[in-house]
Amino acid sequence: MTTRIGVVTFPGTLDDRDSLRAVRLAGAEPVSLWHRDKDLHQVDAVVLAGGFSYGDYLRAGAISRFSPVMETIIEQAKGGMPVLGICNGFQVLTEAHLLPGAMLRNNHLHFICREQKLRVENAGGAWTGDYEAGQEISIPLKNMDGRYTADERTLDELEAEGRVAFRYLDGNPNGSLRDIAGITNAAGNVLGLMPHPEHAVEPLIGTGRTDGLPFFTSVLKKLVSA
Amino acid sequence: MARVVVDVMLKPEILDPQGQAVQRALPRLGFDGIADVRQGKRFELEVEGPVDQAALDRIHKMAETFLANTVIEDFTVCLETEKAEA
Repeated sequence: MTTRIGVVTFPGTLDDRDSLRAVRLAGAEPVSLWHRDKDLHQVDAVVLAGGFSYGDYLRAGAISRFSPVMETIIEQAKGGMPVLGICNGFQVLTEAHLLPGAMLRNNHLHFICREQKLRVENAGGAWTGDYEAGQEISIPLKNMDGRYTADERTLDELEAEGRVAFRYLDGNPNGSLRDIAGITNAAGNVLGLMPHPEHAVEPLIGTGRTDGLPFFTSVLKKLVSA
Repeated sequence: MARVVVDVMLKPEILDPQGQAVQRALPRLGFDGIADVRQGKRFELEVEGPVDQAALDRIHKMAETFLANTVIEDFTVCLETEKAEA
């Protein structure tokens, strides 16, 4: 049986196509999920793709969080289903309280779009098994609200529990606290990160690197071996 | 219909670059004497029926779960009383 990985489309989602493509290139069966449909169509994992769901009205991710599809995703994520939130997807995950903290406007107020170097801090989660801790990767970054914020106690907790999965290298692009680019929940099945692995899965496009592909192959291996 | 106003502000410890940008623009425009600006959101809710304690409690809940993100924002709920237009 093939592993099915769903990608949610909200009104305003932009990177669902690229995410579906990344899932396929990793060897899983991509499944489109619609925001108004509570049914996850027997997927084994879910990707919340980047974009500007609901126009970022109110706060980025705030309205998407209450969509019918999220009800099921929140419930299943708590039960251990792997969920990857990229950029706007990360914002949805914090608004849904599946991940702690919140996203704020970049400290310099500019939209940023560039190649970003990251260090893999923890390769123990469902989406990071094909990396090694300490590995440096480079994938595209593009956002307006990427400044990860949480109170000091939460940050200390995340560090102590190894839940900071990715950190920015060679300059913090948005003022995120402690250079945090991505974090996981305590169980490691939910990962949120600002940069875009789905845009770095083929040598032909972007900067010619495929540093983003291991996100998708990691979860596939994890699901197949489960 | 009664109006309830919910004001949402970033918590004092959260950096507000938008407010800073507004503050920095003021002297250039000839508006001096403003030491700091913080930018927030105001929601005006037209409430059906009487605004009793139960209604205010519901609005408080609404603000807490949706209108504000209490990780980064504080909010106040205020019943707007009839006042003469200035």
